[in-house]
This record gives sequence, structure tokens and C-alpha cells, in this order.
Amino acid sequence: MFDIYEIEWVNALYQIAAFGVLLWLLKKFAFGPIMDMMEKREQHVADQIASAEKNRKDAEKYLAEQREAIQAARQEAKEIVENSKTMSDQQASDVLANARKEADRMKQSAVAEINTEKEQAISALREQVSTLSVLVATKVIEKELDEKEQEKLIQDTLKEVGEDL
Amino acid sequence: MDSKFLKMDLFGIPWLTVNIPNLILTTVAMAIVFFVSYFMSRKIRMYPTGAQNALEYLVQFIKNIISSTMDWKQGKNFVMLGITIILYVFVANMMGVPFELATADHEVWWNSPTSNPVLTISLAAFIIILTHIYGWKLKGPKEYGKDYFRPAFFMAPFKVVEDFSNTLTLGMRLYANIFAKEMIMVMLVGLGATTGIFWAFAAFLPLVVFQAFSVFIGSLQAFIFCMLTMVYMSHKVSEEH
Repeated sequence: MFDIYEIEWVNALYQIAAFGVLLWLLKKFAFGPIMDMMEKREQHVADQIASAEKNRKDAEKYLAEQREAIQAARQEAKEIVENSKTMSDQQASDVLANARKEADRMKQSAVAEINTEKEQAISALREQVSTLSVLVATKVIEKELDEKEQEKLIQDTLKEVGEDL
Repeated sequence: MDSKFLKMDLFGIPWLTVNIPNLILTTVAMAIVFFVSYFMSRKIRMYPTGAQNALEYLVQFIKNIISSTMDWKQGKNFVMLGITIILYVFVANMMGVPFELATADHEVWWNSPTSNPVLTISLAAFIIILTHIYGWKLKGPKEYGKDYFRPAFFMAPFKVVEDFSNTLTLGMRLYANIFAKEMIMVMLVGLGATTGIFWAFAAFLPLVVFQAFSVFIGSLQAFIFCMLTMVYMSHKVSEEH
């Protein structure tokens, strides 16, 4: 059945050669570019994933930083409030102390003034008393009273005046 | 049913026989493969659409076949080979499905080129030789030579026989499937065309069913041919574990 002369060697060789050419042509014009593009896409996807991962890490870092900053700001605000509170307390007590001191000072000066006034009043009275005693003496003389009565009158008058002082 | 082909001896040399219809048919099959792929890959974009998706699916499909048989380190060399084999065999298988052409005295001018044993076995031999070349190239001559004596030294004759049997089975499987398909189809068509109006109608339904089955057989055989190519390749290029 199989005659060696019947085998179509030319067809076989032609097919193999054509197969090689077809392979080359497909690679050059059809599947080469497509496989390149697939590779490029794979690379692209890998890059995208890597950059997304990096972005996520950055975002997490920023978030942590922000959180820290907020914490610090809160702390600072708390400190400021605390400071102002103590400062206002201080100021209030200062004001109070000043007022008290001022009041003390005023009271003292008032007392001193009163004392001075009193002294003045006493000295003025003394002067008046002497004047009055002269007046009384004059009156006694005018009435011509006896010596005993006169003496009594002077003593009474003096006592009267002296009791007031 | 004895199909004949127009044959002639090239330059009058008796052993240089040329089967002219088959010469044309292989060329047509390859032209179809090339032009379809060429026009499907004109607009290549980063975001694939339409035809590019289909071709990328094919590339991915071949990559999966290769990955299932060998490491990607060696397998990346064979993507183009796998694509070309599966496309060429598939198109060649399909060519006989829609119609066949023959002259009145049964000289065939159009059928599946893969229904010719010379073509399938020569393709298989080409692939087996390629596996040897790549085994030599990727593993080095020493490892390649040692492979004949693994796992034991007396395996060497079997390994040599294996190469021939692989060639034969790879080629004959494809040829037998497609040849049988063509035969049955020619018989069904012949039944419808030559025996009157009743048989024409009676043969129509089986013919439709059988054409669907032929498409299935053709796709399956293309897939098997590609798969076995990669299996034989992996025997030769994979490192022993």
C-alpha cells in the first residue's frame, strides 16, 4: 500500500517550511505586538498596585501624623486654659489683696486724721477754756461775789470743762 | 470512495512526488490563519476591545496549556509555537467541514489538508525534532544525552523507540480523526446527492448533526495536538526532580 514513491516529500517539506514562515509572520505581525501589550499591561497593573500600596501607606502615615498633631493641639489648648485659669485666680487674689491693703491704708490714714483732728479740737477747746475762764472771771468780778462763792464757781466751771475733755 | 489527488513528479524525478491540491490547501490554511490573525490584531490598545480580547484569550489559553506541562522558565519559548500549531491545525481541520471539492472522476481539490497522513506525520516529525533541538539547547548536550539513560541505563532503546512511536501516534491520531470525519461526510453527502429526493431529505438532518460533530472533532484534535506537543516538549526540556 505504501509505495515509497507515493510519499509526497515535497508536500511535507513545503508544509514544514511554510509552517516556519507562518510562525515567524504571526510573531512579527499579530501575536508579537499582542504579547508585548499583554506584558506591558501586566507591568502597568503591577505598577498600579505597587503605587496604590505606597499611597495607602503614605495616607496611613499622614493620618497618624494628623492624629498626633490633633492630640498635641488638644494638649496645648488644655494647657492654655489651665494657665489662664491660674492666671485669673492669681489676678483675682492680687486685686483682692490690693484692695484690702488699700482699705487698710485708707482706714489708717482716716484714724490718723481723726486723731489729728481730735488733737486740734482739744487744743482749740483748751484755748476756748482759757478764754471762757477769763470770761467767767470777769463775770464773777462783775457780780462781786464773795471769795468762797467765787472759788466754788471757778472750781465748778473748771470741773465742768474738764469732764468734757 | 477512492479519493484521488492530482499528483506529479517534480522534474520527472520519481521520488519527488508533489500533491498539488494539498500544496494549495496547506497554503490556503496558512493564509487564512495569517490574515485572520493579522486583521484581528490591527488595533492593539492598553484596554483591549473586541478582536484583541479574543487573541489575548488564545494567548492565555496556550500559556495555560504550557504551564500545565512545564515550568514557565522553559515554557516561555513555546508560546508562539503553540499558537501557530493550534491555529494551523484548527483551520486545516475546519476546511473540510463546509464543503469539499472534487472533479467528476473523484479527483479531490478541496478538503482538510490534515486528512492526508503525509502532512500530519511530517508535522509530527517536525515537532519531535524540535523537541530534541530545544532539549539540546535548553539543557545542554550533557544533560540531554544523560536523559536517554534515565531512570536506568537499559531504558535507552525504549527512549529511541518512543521518539518514533510518538511521531507516529501524534500524526496518525490527527490524520485518522480528520480522515474518518471527511469519509463519513462524503458518504452522507453522496447519499443525499446520488440516490434521489427521499434520501436527500433523509440525509440532511444527519449531515447537519455530523457537521456540528466535525467542528467539535476538529477543535478537539487541534487542542490535543497542541497539548501533546507541549507534553513531549516538557519531557525533553524539563529538569529531572
